[in-house]
Amino acid sequence: MFRIVAIVAGLGLALAASAEAQTPRKGGTIRMTAPYGSSFTSLDIHTTQRAQDEIYAKGLHRSLYIWDSAEGKPVPELAKEVIVSGGGLVHTFKLRDDAYFHNGRKMTADDVIWSYNRIMDGSKAYPGARYVRVIEGAAAVEKGQAKEISGLKKIDDFTVEMKLTEKVDPGFYFFTALTSIYPADEAAKEGFIQKPIGLGPFRFVEHVPGSRIVLERWDRFYKPGKPYADKLIVSVMGEAAARDVAFRNKEIDTSVLGPAQYVAYQADPDLKGTIVEVAEVFTRYMGMNPAFKPFADKRVRQAINYAIDTDLIINKLVKGKAYRATSWLPLTSPLYDKTMKPYAFDPAKAKQLLADAGYPTGFEFEWTTSQNESWGLPIVTAVIPMLDKVGIKAKVKQVEAAVLSEVVRSGDYQAFIYSQQTGPDPQAALKCFHSSTPQSACNYMNFRNADFDKMIDEAGQTDDSAKRGQLLQKANALLYEEAPVWFFNYNKAVMAVQPWLKGVQLNATELTHQNVEDLWVDETSPAK
Amino acid sequence: MLSFLIRRLLQTIPTVLAVVLLVFVLFSVVPGSIVSTMSDDADPQVELRLKKQLGLDDPVYVRFGNYIAQLATGDFGTSFRTREPVTTMIAKRAWPTLQLILTAMAFSVVLGVPLGFVAALRPGGLIDSAAMVLAVSGLSIAKFWLGLVLMYLFALKLGWLPSFGYGDGGLKYLLLPAVTLGVSPMALFARTTRAAVLEIMTADFVRTARSKGMSETRVVKWHVMRNALVIILTTVGLQFGGLMGQAVVVEKLFSWPGIGSLLVDSVLQRDIPAVQGSILVVVLAFLAINLLVDVLYGVIDPRIRYA
Repeated sequence: MFRIVAIVAGLGLALAASAEAQTPRKGGTIRMTAPYGSSFTSLDIHTTQRAQDEIYAKGLHRSLYIWDSAEGKPVPELAKEVIVSGGGLVHTFKLRDDAYFHNGRKMTADDVIWSYNRIMDGSKAYPGARYVRVIEGAAAVEKGQAKEISGLKKIDDFTVEMKLTEKVDPGFYFFTALTSIYPADEAAKEGFIQKPIGLGPFRFVEHVPGSRIVLERWDRFYKPGKPYADKLIVSVMGEAAARDVAFRNKEIDTSVLGPAQYVAYQADPDLKGTIVEVAEVFTRYMGMNPAFKPFADKRVRQAINYAIDTDLIINKLVKGKAYRATSWLPLTSPLYDKTMKPYAFDPAKAKQLLADAGYPTGFEFEWTTSQNESWGLPIVTAVIPMLDKVGIKAKVKQVEAAVLSEVVRSGDYQAFIYSQQTGPDPQAALKCFHSSTPQSACNYMNFRNADFDKMIDEAGQTDDSAKRGQLLQKANALLYEEAPVWFFNYNKAVMAVQPWLKGVQLNATELTHQNVEDLWVDETSPAK
Repeated sequence: MLSFLIRRLLQTIPTVLAVVLLVFVLFSVVPGSIVSTMSDDADPQVELRLKKQLGLDDPVYVRFGNYIAQLATGDFGTSFRTREPVTTMIAKRAWPTLQLILTAMAFSVVLGVPLGFVAALRPGGLIDSAAMVLAVSGLSIAKFWLGLVLMYLFALKLGWLPSFGYGDGGLKYLLLPAVTLGVSPMALFARTTRAAVLEIMTADFVRTARSKGMSETRVVKWHVMRNALVIILTTVGLQFGGLMGQAVVVEKLFSWPGIGSLLVDSVLQRDIPAVQGSILVVVLAFLAINLLVDVLYGVIDPRIRYA
């Protein structure tokens, strides 16, 4: 598997190197696709957590930080300098003084403070609240107990002081479009939602609901010489087969590939070279409810991991479009432990563990699933006979994706299959299993383990990053041993990219989320 | 005529109310809520406040009453998802859907009705057999598959048309989705027309006309066609409603910005006001077209009274 990772990384480097070797061409049109639905949810990016919407938002908006795919971490974007004090809890941001909104007004500290206060408006349930909540006093605003976040202070027009509630890297909290900085006064106006204004490299031109968003180059973007392209079109294309035809017909520059297309593109000599892939920070798993008696026993949970031929499912059903999970933290996590080995496929051992746990003839459970092709019903259907062989009977309960997210948060299940974001911040990903984390937040298996809590607490308190890393890796290993889930796979995101589109970044947080100012098209692009 | 129209309009009120009630009850009992799709990690207090604000914690009958009162003022409510008025969202999508359905209908009528006529004039002949094979195929083919085949052929292989998108809303972009949508009604019209014409050809009044020495052309034009049109018109009217439902698949496949794709995303995200508004518009359009068909009956055949 590591060979595959190495090849992928090599491909990525080669891609980056070849892009660097050429001089970026100015002009042209970039034609991206939004593959996750029939429309964009909203032009107010604070209101929507769908990956679909962030695709266009990467052109239109900017946040305090930005994801640097080459470095694999968030880096300051709207700040020139970040000074840490107060024992790691106070971050002072020296903001850029050359960032202009698309209406020509310069961004100031007021815009940052206004935007974060807006996101914490508890009457709106903005999804970005989960990130801004890390600022002291933000939760009080959300609960309606305060009007402004006490932990945010304007020092001067271009300096903001941010006091956090815990020692974390704020970069992981403030790099997505959910925390985009809006122009304070203009965003409050009613027309803003129809014609949004941001700080991004492209400004809004047109939205045809259910079809496309068109953006054009913003000449006052703060990165000299960027963006390269004149225009960015993001077309809504939820149907994989339609995207395939459009890609082959050179009508679009990028297309996300599903398992079946992944195989087809690999087999096609003309298309093989267009494939770009990355291990995304999502872990797919079957969560087991400890309140359901058999799953309260660690040996039963381990038995399930031993009973399933995970590699077979990944290779045959997911068509190799995933990496085998060896623990909770994914392959692209900075703390991924390469020494960890996945549970072997060993039905005999599974049977033995079940017998030791008092279930020699197995038991029956209900498995809640959505229809998702990569981590839903097809996978469940394939696993059921494997579990049956060790005496475990599973009954399928099929629900819609929207219902599944409610089910897992409410704990109203015996088992469920899911895909959960497990990065990029390893600390946040593991903290989901801390006993203080509510089930409704992300402790979906209601995991409780005193040793685990201790390690996470210590990691959160130490200033020694090496020690923090060790503690988190130990916590990750403990999680693997405790097996609150069947560790299935880490998502391999695959995108086809036309040869004329350069500068594509291997973004492990979501491959479709590209820093579009770095993309450019050469003269062979058919789009004018 | 006026009293007929008023009576028919009044008759639509219970139908509309029944549909509104059905959709309302359906979305009150199905699991899943907009609140859970808005944020994975919302504070429970915030969730409760939001549910209260959106009126989701009220009893169903209270919510229904509020909704009906709102509808009575022409207000379809505000989308939970986009926070835009539902009427604005539908207005943006209505024209593309109308464009698609009208073009599909024009295609199906222009091809299907003459095909059925020609087939019926020579029953059992080569044209009849070919037309009926075409009709059965058209009715059997899945729209999704047909759309892909058309994309492959006309966009990828021949390069004549774009494979997806709305573009400037012009014919170039409209053709493939409209043909995809129109093939099935075209087949139905061909079959219906053929059956209607064959039946009328054996009717007493046609025999009488022929026995009076009327030419076959005049018989077909004045007796057969006029009488068949009533049946065809009924089928066309019903198909309009069917097309509005089938457009969902075609719009999604071709990234066409219509009400169908709005409906799909709204259902998946439990955006109840948007779902209700979209369905209501479709139902109203369906009722309006059927009313128009009823009026046209009288125009085509004066024997049909409005009384």
